[in-house]
Amino acid sequence: MTAVEISEAVRSGQRSARSVVDMSLSTIGAGEAEVHAFNLVAAEQALAQADEIDRMVAAGEDPGPLAGVPVALKDNLCTRGMGTTCSSRILEGWVPPYDATVVELLRNAGAVFVGKTNMDEFAMGSSTENSAFGPTRNPRDLSRVPGGSSGGSAAAVAAGFAPVALGSDTGGSIRQPAALCGVVGVKPTYGLVSRYGLVAFASSLDQIGPLAATVADSARVLDVISGPDARDSTSIGDPQPPVSATLGDGVDGLRVGVLAELSGDGIAPDVAARVRAAVGALEAAGARVAEASVPAAVYGLSAYYLIAQAEASSNLARYDGVRYGLRVDAPSTPGMNTATRSAGFGDEVKRRIMVGTYALSAGYYDAYYGRAQKVRTLIVDDFASAWEQFDLLVSPTSPTTAFSLGERTDDPMSMYMSDVCTVPVNLAGQAAMSVPYGVGDDGLPVGVQILAPALGEPVMFRAAAVLEASLQ
Amino acid sequence: MSDGALDKPGLGVPADTGWETVVGLEVHAELSTETKLFSASPNRFGGEPNTHIDPVSLGLPGSLPVLNQKAVELAIRVGLALNCGIRPSVFARKNYFYPDMPKDFQISQYDEPISVDGWLELPSGKRIGIERAHLEEDTGKTVHIGGAGRIHEAGYSLVDYNRAGVPLIEIVGRPELRSAEEARQYVAELRAILVAVGASDGKMEEGSLRVDCNVSVRPAGSDRLGTRCEIKNVNSLRSLGRAIEHEARRQIGLLAGGRPVEQQTRHWNEDEGRTHALRSKEEDHDYRYFPEPDLLPLDPSAEWVEEIRRELPPLPRDRRLRLGEAAPSADAGHIALAVERSLDGLALAAIGGGGLPERVMIHIVQNLAGGAGMLDAEALAGLAQMEEAGELTATQAKKVLAVLAESGGSPQDAARALGFEAMDSTELESMLDGLIAENPEEWSRFCEGDAKLTGFFVGQAMKATRGRADGKAVTQLLISRRG
Repeated sequence: MTAVEISEAVRSGQRSARSVVDMSLSTIGAGEAEVHAFNLVAAEQALAQADEIDRMVAAGEDPGPLAGVPVALKDNLCTRGMGTTCSSRILEGWVPPYDATVVELLRNAGAVFVGKTNMDEFAMGSSTENSAFGPTRNPRDLSRVPGGSSGGSAAAVAAGFAPVALGSDTGGSIRQPAALCGVVGVKPTYGLVSRYGLVAFASSLDQIGPLAATVADSARVLDVISGPDARDSTSIGDPQPPVSATLGDGVDGLRVGVLAELSGDGIAPDVAARVRAAVGALEAAGARVAEASVPAAVYGLSAYYLIAQAEASSNLARYDGVRYGLRVDAPSTPGMNTATRSAGFGDEVKRRIMVGTYALSAGYYDAYYGRAQKVRTLIVDDFASAWEQFDLLVSPTSPTTAFSLGERTDDPMSMYMSDVCTVPVNLAGQAAMSVPYGVGDDGLPVGVQILAPALGEPVMFRAAAVLEASLQ
Repeated sequence: MSDGALDKPGLGVPADTGWETVVGLEVHAELSTETKLFSASPNRFGGEPNTHIDPVSLGLPGSLPVLNQKAVELAIRVGLALNCGIRPSVFARKNYFYPDMPKDFQISQYDEPISVDGWLELPSGKRIGIERAHLEEDTGKTVHIGGAGRIHEAGYSLVDYNRAGVPLIEIVGRPELRSAEEARQYVAELRAILVAVGASDGKMEEGSLRVDCNVSVRPAGSDRLGTRCEIKNVNSLRSLGRAIEHEARRQIGLLAGGRPVEQQTRHWNEDEGRTHALRSKEEDHDYRYFPEPDLLPLDPSAEWVEEIRRELPPLPRDRRLRLGEAAPSADAGHIALAVERSLDGLALAAIGGGGLPERVMIHIVQNLAGGAGMLDAEALAGLAQMEEAGELTATQAKKVLAVLAESGGSPQDAARALGFEAMDSTELESMLDGLIAENPEEWSRFCEGDAKLTGFFVGQAMKATRGRADGKAVTQLLISRRG
């Protein structure tokens, strides 16, 4: 059942939230040992929440647009009374005293939280292999990675553990695992969804978004979690129209550009073929298609890995053993800080903290962080030119289908290349989503990325709905 | 007023050594907001440890700062009061590890501060340049337990985050102060301005006003700055003066002995009366500043800034000028004191109400150190007039004033209640007749020109009237009797 179907059934009293959640928990019980999508399955709390929804329905109250819908939350979203680890030893056992804004909004919409999903530690990675609690496997092929860093959320949806999940996307961390697991994944415009309560990786790039089995489900969740939030200064102040309202409006007359810089070298031929097929489907539905160019996008990855690391080096300083999480004692405070961080962080996190620290150091700032910010401005400018000619752009989400576990763990650069198609969107603060569009030669899912200008979500979702329908 | 009219050489630094002391001050003041700079926790001194906290001020994972508009308004008030330009500004992260800093970075303004290029005028009239005044958040407080509270001997440390996130304004003055005394005047004046505009309570003893001093010395007449040392832990105006004097002497001693001054951060030890090195320039942190991505650039509208400017209360300097005009013969120091005690408004109103400026200022400066209490301007003016008319002696006026400050009312009623009814001249004359009759020998010596006997007769008159007689009137009468 989709989230839309569940909420209608629960709201109308046709089905109890408890039975929906029971089913979700039993699916998790059957498949979780193989997939390892979760760091925490909150069965008791979920059932209590479901009973509360059922009580509301019985009392004639409306629990909201996600009534009784099981939702899996990435383990970097703060949940009051429910552990939040970011898949790191350093936060193991920490229970937030507050809910993230998105968690509050989902709760108020009647959603039921079945658990916290596995991820690359502090969202740093593209395969969910950088988790301190072991990797998640791709439900489509257990020898493959689910992508990352929101791999647990993508796998949870792909495995049917929950119809929808939340992830976070700093450089592709929602879209790439969505593509690799064959689900829909949305990276909203920066500022559309409040980041309050999202444990920060790179503050200027992070954005929370939904993963779902269908376009309509992802639209419904996005409509619930988006909107102004006084607790996030970077939140967009004006309410935006719901994307669900115009989902069926089609693409007739829309100008769609095929992004040249993200379609050539390095893209697997079978992936490229699926993207061409998707472009064909949009054209068949009335879109006007032409080749588009965003020249600076090719520098995206380099700029991204400096900016994200620099911000991360500062954001992760607070894990010092003083206030919460892991503490490894030592005779002095600086010694305790060092011992705690040495023991608590994994290799990839340490690597990024070191690179970021270096990039911000006196004498290097201009050459690295400063220059990366200039590249970021170029990317924004090049996209702005493209938006004068196009309503939407299309590219692959990931250069390849899901790769094997362990295949890229010893080669950080090849791992970083997984994000080449997705990072320019974060640097520009724009919207993009990945829609599953068939399979590659290996029978594994291929995702097509639809890019929209800032706040272009309604049009983006119309195209996503057309692609989804064209496969049926 | 000429430059440096109140400029005294630094106490203890001999003026003739041929060295000049150069001081630049960085003052941190806590802003008097209801809540913290980036969260809704109360901004309040004291309280049980870790009770004025929330996810943001604890820097919990996932928390985000939201700028307190009131703090921005207060910062603009300070900037305007210091004659600064108000600019678009950017918050930055200053990164370094310290347990009382919850995020292990401090949100501060770095290369784009809210206020730049102003000046502060000392009571002497000398202007000291203000380089910048910027907003930043305060840290928590660490208490070292065991080892007499010293960090290296402590058994363990406790951290109180009540102060973490309290809004601060850091005011960076140019190195244009030339003595410890000037530095004290600068801080006193800055404190008065902060209090006047309602930006801060200015309490050094509670740490809501903190001063770091940059001190260097150079040969008198040189226009190049010497190597400076920054002195921390200066917690009162008194220690500010002492610390600067000590540090200047230390540096002069080094240079005079042919040794260089090393650029250092030094700690003032109040008990020992000396500074000692904390760290050298090489050991300084690399703070890795970069723009705070969780906050938007701050760009206060010109309309808002103008509105704040219009609503600024009169500043100490304006108030001194105004009182100086109303009491032109008053000493500049007395004018400054009246303003410092916030008695200038009372003085102005009393002078405006017909009180002679000299008499009003004497009361303000000498007799109202404890504040005006219930005394109003009308009563003060009336008191001055009674004195002028000879209805009250200076001693009596002081006693009447004390009553007025204590319980209000009119000076006439208070004088009557104290039994200070003025004696009319007939009464005085007959009293004097009696005195001359009782002391014929003294009277004849007085008539022969022995001026010392004036005091004798005035004293006798006071004794006879239990202080009700006006000494001046008695003297006048004695002289006219003598012919």
